[in-house]
Amino acid sequence: MSGQGRILDIQGPIVIAELPNARTGEQVKLGKPGLMGEVIAREGARAIVQVYENTEGLRPGEPATAMGEPLSVELGPGILGGIFDGLQRPLETMLAQTGERIERGLVIPAIDRAKQWPFVPQEELKVGARIAGGAILGTVQENASVVHRILVPPEVAGELIDLAPAGDYTVVDVIGRVRDRQGNIHKLHLSSRWPVRMPRPFNKRDHAVQPLITGQRIMDTFFPLLKGGKGAIPGPFGAGKTVLQQQIARWSDAQIVIYVGCGERGNELTEVLDTFPKLTDPRSGRPLMERTLLVANTSNMPVVAREVSVYVGMTIAEYFRDQGFDVVMVADSTSRWAEALREVAGRLGQMPVEEGYPAYLGSTLAAFYERAGRVESLSGGHGSVTLIGAVSPPGGDFSEPVTSHTKDIIQTFWALSKDLADARHYPSVDWLESFSLFVDTAARWWHGNIGEDWLQLRNKALRLLTEAEELNRIVNLVGVEALSGQQRWTLESARLVREGLLQQSALEAKDSFCSPEKQYLLLSLMIDIYNRGAEMLRLGMPVQELLRLPLLAKARRWKIAYGSDELEGLRQEAREIVPLFDALRAEYASPAAQRHESEGTES
Amino acid sequence: MSSLEYRSAAWARGGLLAMRSVPEAALGDRVVVRDHKGRSRNGQVIRTSADLVLVQIFEGTDNLDLERTWVRFLDQPFELALAPEVLGRVFNGVGQPRDGRPPIVSRLSRNVNGASINPAARAYPREFIQTGISTIDGMNTLVRGQKLPVFSGSGLPHNRIAAQIVRQAKLLHQSHPSPSGIGGGGEFPSPSGRGVRGEGASETRNQSFAIVFAAMGVSHSDARFFEESFEESGVLGQVATFINLADDPPIERLILPRVALTCAEYLAFDLGMHVLVVMTDMTYYAEALREIATGKGDVPARKGFPGYLYSDLAEIYERAGRIRGKNGSITMIPVVSMPSDDITHPVPDLTGYITEGQIVLSRELAAANVQPPVAVLPSLSRLMKDGIGEGMTREDHARVASQLFASYAKAQEVRSLAAIIGAEELSEEDNRYLQFAEAFENRFVSQGEREDRTIFQTLDLAWEVLSLLPKEALTRLSEKDLDAHYQQAIAG
Repeated sequence: MSGQGRILDIQGPIVIAELPNARTGEQVKLGKPGLMGEVIAREGARAIVQVYENTEGLRPGEPATAMGEPLSVELGPGILGGIFDGLQRPLETMLAQTGERIERGLVIPAIDRAKQWPFVPQEELKVGARIAGGAILGTVQENASVVHRILVPPEVAGELIDLAPAGDYTVVDVIGRVRDRQGNIHKLHLSSRWPVRMPRPFNKRDHAVQPLITGQRIMDTFFPLLKGGKGAIPGPFGAGKTVLQQQIARWSDAQIVIYVGCGERGNELTEVLDTFPKLTDPRSGRPLMERTLLVANTSNMPVVAREVSVYVGMTIAEYFRDQGFDVVMVADSTSRWAEALREVAGRLGQMPVEEGYPAYLGSTLAAFYERAGRVESLSGGHGSVTLIGAVSPPGGDFSEPVTSHTKDIIQTFWALSKDLADARHYPSVDWLESFSLFVDTAARWWHGNIGEDWLQLRNKALRLLTEAEELNRIVNLVGVEALSGQQRWTLESARLVREGLLQQSALEAKDSFCSPEKQYLLLSLMIDIYNRGAEMLRLGMPVQELLRLPLLAKARRWKIAYGSDELEGLRQEAREIVPLFDALRAEYASPAAQRHESEGTES
Repeated sequence: MSSLEYRSAAWARGGLLAMRSVPEAALGDRVVVRDHKGRSRNGQVIRTSADLVLVQIFEGTDNLDLERTWVRFLDQPFELALAPEVLGRVFNGVGQPRDGRPPIVSRLSRNVNGASINPAARAYPREFIQTGISTIDGMNTLVRGQKLPVFSGSGLPHNRIAAQIVRQAKLLHQSHPSPSGIGGGGEFPSPSGRGVRGEGASETRNQSFAIVFAAMGVSHSDARFFEESFEESGVLGQVATFINLADDPPIERLILPRVALTCAEYLAFDLGMHVLVVMTDMTYYAEALREIATGKGDVPARKGFPGYLYSDLAEIYERAGRIRGKNGSITMIPVVSMPSDDITHPVPDLTGYITEGQIVLSRELAAANVQPPVAVLPSLSRLMKDGIGEGMTREDHARVASQLFASYAKAQEVRSLAAIIGAEELSEEDNRYLQFAEAFENRFVSQGEREDRTIFQTLDLAWEVLSLLPKEALTRLSEKDLDAHYQQAIAG
């Protein structure tokens, strides 16, 4: 299976080796340090290999060995809670084995070979049964949060000739055997392998129906994403992309979260590694890490491993999807991945098209994002992978190739704005640039579960924001005095929506997560205040009086005053608005006041 | 192999020397080149194959012929000899003495490329460093292990700010204000020279801090400015300087930051020191990289810079940080000049994506004689949130900073409005924003090069200028903050 050859040429992460019979995609082991790489092209007897590790010290003439298998990940109980590098090597184990610096040529299995897992076979599954790929063999309670389902590998089908009884097994113990039609025997284990660049198969794609609740108002209420959808967060540096992605990873109502730090800052990744293990799942009260997996490739780690890391994350996400889970995968940042593609393409001397990116950038991005989705798995269950990619456009220019290609592919676009971030308006999601193609589907869920007028309220709030944008243009030209009372009220209400609703602090305990109920309550309160204020104006209340209401300042602080579990307080506030405006109405709607007003206009 | 000298140069141009028929040269190998006058130059293998080996020559390829050039491959990677004696010394880009004193001799030497720190081994930076500069301490706080670049333009005083940080940076141990100059418990140097500190005290401090100064392509006068500044603060003995001047070969700038950081890593993680690395100017570094890339025929990405600029810069910047279980730290202040003040230029742009924030200098403020001319709105410190607050600085710090940002952003809007309709047409509230902006720039942002403000002075000053605004406009502050600090008299 494996072929022997030798190294001919070394240039950065690209090595050319004489390796006849090597297939593209095949793993190659290089030189004395045993560096791993993969064949990306063949020319005659030569194989062009991109190397996952730093190639310093390699020499021409040193051996090259084709390994017969494409880059694959190990899938099985024990990977949740793990922190892996771009090649699925556990970082903590590496730390224990080789110290604080990453050594080259390390081969460390992703899952501890010695640890035993309590396997419970599927009850109705009997020896002699015909089983197909994707069928559930049994379960392993991986931790208090997650029951791991052990699947028959997709490519295996046939007659089950034996299945282990309930008991403790390591991931390499044989727990069953299948005889296929040709009479070949396949051994089954708790773990299996899958090549990262090949999407895992499923029966068919399903419609996404449920919104992903992230607890972030600007996302859930204004630009929703569905479970199984594709979203992107583009933003220049300093716009708060990373914080927002971490918020999603922490708070979204998916069952499994895969966080891929691709070309990230070391210190920021450390923060993730530091804080995630301390976080508790807001729903179960269990440690969040029990249902989370981190793939970490910092910007100074080798570029080819960075390119691979998103595929490693995605393959793991698909594996949990096939077990019937809703998975969220966050990739931060896809620009770094695209740049890794560009870097390799550049080293190969491929003709650049836009900004040095290779011609296949768009199709590569699209193919990757298409691996997200809600599917009916091979075993007939349903699961989803929601993919959220951060994009880091150079100079914040959204017309650059990675952002523009991504925009064509995704369904929800949360555009971050530098101006908002500069004013410390966080999350700095720009309500004019962002979009979601899922509003109507999400509305069905909101109407059925939270409030019947959700869509109407949301649209009203967005309209206020858009109108305010127009009005601000006028104000900037001629000053606020030129506006009518109603227009000034629109401006003020838009400010209320911005500060009381859109701004959300990741650091404030009561504000960091906002339940759909609280989102809806706040939204309806803001619109209620707007409507009532507008009515007062019609009754003749001067706009200055209205703007002086202490209610407005108070309303901006409601989001931090009441946590998602203190909604009664918020409802009480809602009830108190009524008498307040009733009193005002009584004042301005009285005949005397009306007379006074009509005189005022006449004079 | 190392004893063999090859005379098979195929071509030489742009800092690159191509050698034919050198069997089995390893990538990254150190190379010594002897030219026709017998002088030696340093090089490194950057591409190797059986028929052609490409060597970059740090002293450049000027005055080199192909016939009388002898090349020796040392069969080892580029390493730097390390000993505590590096402090107080001046080296060139490849680590050879520039101060006329003997080279460092040590059994310990390290590969200058380093190896990536395992992200799981890093300790998250959270110790507040007081720089004495209000815009940094108050609004863009620096912490130990952070990399916080200064984005500047030609003619702006970035070097002076870097020098002021070096002079004033210290840790706060006690939670009450300490007069500047004395104590501060700083592991970074505090202003001295004229201080009254006893010898003993300064020695304890000396043992735990160091400065690594990496200068790439700087002018003689800038280099002298830094030297004088270090000397004046009495820290010269704690500085390891690596210098490549504007008239030195540009290729040397490629290895210089790696050499300097290898030294910094040794000081920080072997000797347990807190190291402040000042690197100036990263734009010249990147331009040298572009020069070599073009010479190699690499496919250009943006503005002619190679596609690997991001990875290359990351290899340098990511060497800052802290490591779990180790005492020392590397804090990095790179200076990045923005060609034509363009923050979207590839070098500042990619830098911003790697570093944990940036301090941006503004030409308008400099013209208005605001010193240091820090443009606070585009400036940012990503690691600020964990280094400030109760027990580290002051409880209200985060909210005060947030309020300053918000109010100043609003004030800028009012300014542009005033520019159109005239200040007379502004509302009462808008006028107060104008006053606030004036006071903010002239009193909070502007401070003397010699003025070392404690964080408490900075925060009090912030409250002073914020109190120019009506209470209702300060929505980022809590009622409690307002009760404790809002200064009614000023507002009235």
